[in-house]
Amino acid sequence: MLLIHCPYCGDRPELEFSYGGQAHIARPSKPESVTADQWVEFLYLRSNPRGVHAERWRHVRGCARYFNALRDTRTDRFIATYKAGEAPPQQSGSTP
Amino acid sequence: MQRFSAWSLLKQAFGSHGGWQPQWRRATPKPAYDAIVVGGGGHGLGTAYYLAAEHGLRNIALLEKSWIGGGNTGRNTTILRSNYLFDESARLYDHSLKMWRDLSQVLNYNVMYSPRGVLMLAHSVHDVQVLKRHIHANRCNGVDNEWLSPAEAKAFCPPLNIERNIRYPVMGGALQRRGGTARHDAVAWGYARAADALGVDIIENCEVTGIRRDAGGAIQGVETSLGYIASRKVGVVAAGNSSVVMGMAGVRLPLESFPLQALVSEPVKPVMPCVVMSNSIHAYVSQSDKGELVIGAGTDAYTSYTQRGALHVNMHTLAAICELFPAFRRMRMLRNWGGIVDVSPDRSPIIAKTAVPGLYVNCGWGTGGFKATPGSAHLFAWTMAHDEPHPINAPFTIERFREGLLIDEAAAAAVAH
Repeated sequence: MLLIHCPYCGDRPELEFSYGGQAHIARPSKPESVTADQWVEFLYLRSNPRGVHAERWRHVRGCARYFNALRDTRTDRFIATYKAGEAPPQQSGSTP
Repeated sequence: MQRFSAWSLLKQAFGSHGGWQPQWRRATPKPAYDAIVVGGGGHGLGTAYYLAAEHGLRNIALLEKSWIGGGNTGRNTTILRSNYLFDESARLYDHSLKMWRDLSQVLNYNVMYSPRGVLMLAHSVHDVQVLKRHIHANRCNGVDNEWLSPAEAKAFCPPLNIERNIRYPVMGGALQRRGGTARHDAVAWGYARAADALGVDIIENCEVTGIRRDAGGAIQGVETSLGYIASRKVGVVAAGNSSVVMGMAGVRLPLESFPLQALVSEPVKPVMPCVVMSNSIHAYVSQSDKGELVIGAGTDAYTSYTQRGALHVNMHTLAAICELFPAFRRMRMLRNWGGIVDVSPDRSPIIAKTAVPGLYVNCGWGTGGFKATPGSAHLFAWTMAHDEPHPINAPFTIERFREGLLIDEAAAAAVAH
């Protein structure tokens, strides 16, 4: 089980959280002018990297707020968590 | 290839079994091939075999980054069935289920196909309606599936608890008698041996690190940890790593990779006569011929490539199994492990050409690919050889997400399957 650092509540076990998928995917602001390819991009295509992944988590059994995290999918190690709306923190050159 | 038969076994027995040869060669890559298959799981090995056996290609390489059958092929719970809701899925999975019947004879390798029946349980009025809908849809498609009352389910699977005093009592079940299990390792080894006999180079410990395309965008070959290998036809069958490999060719896929866990108990005498699945409370259990209970747990919540998952995911399925099979409560679990499954948005696979000339992809099998191994390989080889999809896999394109023609088995089953 992962130990996840909620930016509002601190370190909590994974069971208190729900996963929200890839982060920083903005819903098109003008849906009526979006092409089919852009809908595919928004709805279905995911980066799914073998490496650092920016993703959303929700502290559903805590403060209930969404936040974002950088996690390495090769190790499941969290690099950082940050509040929704913030830019992902800069990473140093070394991989965890 | 040394053929296996009663006579060859007897002959080798008199020679203290000293005369057996390796079942496939340790191949080193040639500079160029007519076709390259990336990924040495069951689907990939089968693809290489059918390309050679049915489409006359002889100069084929199969590249595997570690050892063959070491990924999801060796990590799944070996359940075979074809009782999917939609017409496209029923055709695809039943094509595969029919191929299991004589696969041992075709490959001259005992894959231990055992049609012992797959029983899917209902625990609510909604479950009953959903399973009956599946049964009717299946029968329209010529796929056997029948309804069992709780008493009939108990008669078919005696250790099952059908008492009303559990949290989610059994309200009946759908039984596909042709469903069952097969030996997963034997599938990989059987295809590898048969493909090798037809001249396929099976190259283990050879990781693809890049895909080279010419000025027109067409496939030229692949960069690997053993050097560059040229080919104008490359089929990627990389399961959990599909996004990574296809990304090397600039193709983005609608996939996410999740850990999926399984576990086995200590071996005991035969007690489970069939496969029992419960989608609602998430229990998957059967018994291997060695005697271990083989139990499938769920996927973890988050994407990962670690091939391991959290203990609470296993505990969730074990709680369900202890309710359904009280006799198993004191059993000890021996091992658990994880594999990385590539899940598509509609939980249906992609077996298709891509926008890149010469590049083909077979992925998105998610949590249920083992059952489809022969059919998937057969159809993917057809697609690679003809440069167009077979009618059975024609709906399973990448473009279906653009066109809105999803094959939404996720909504139909409401769970991973």
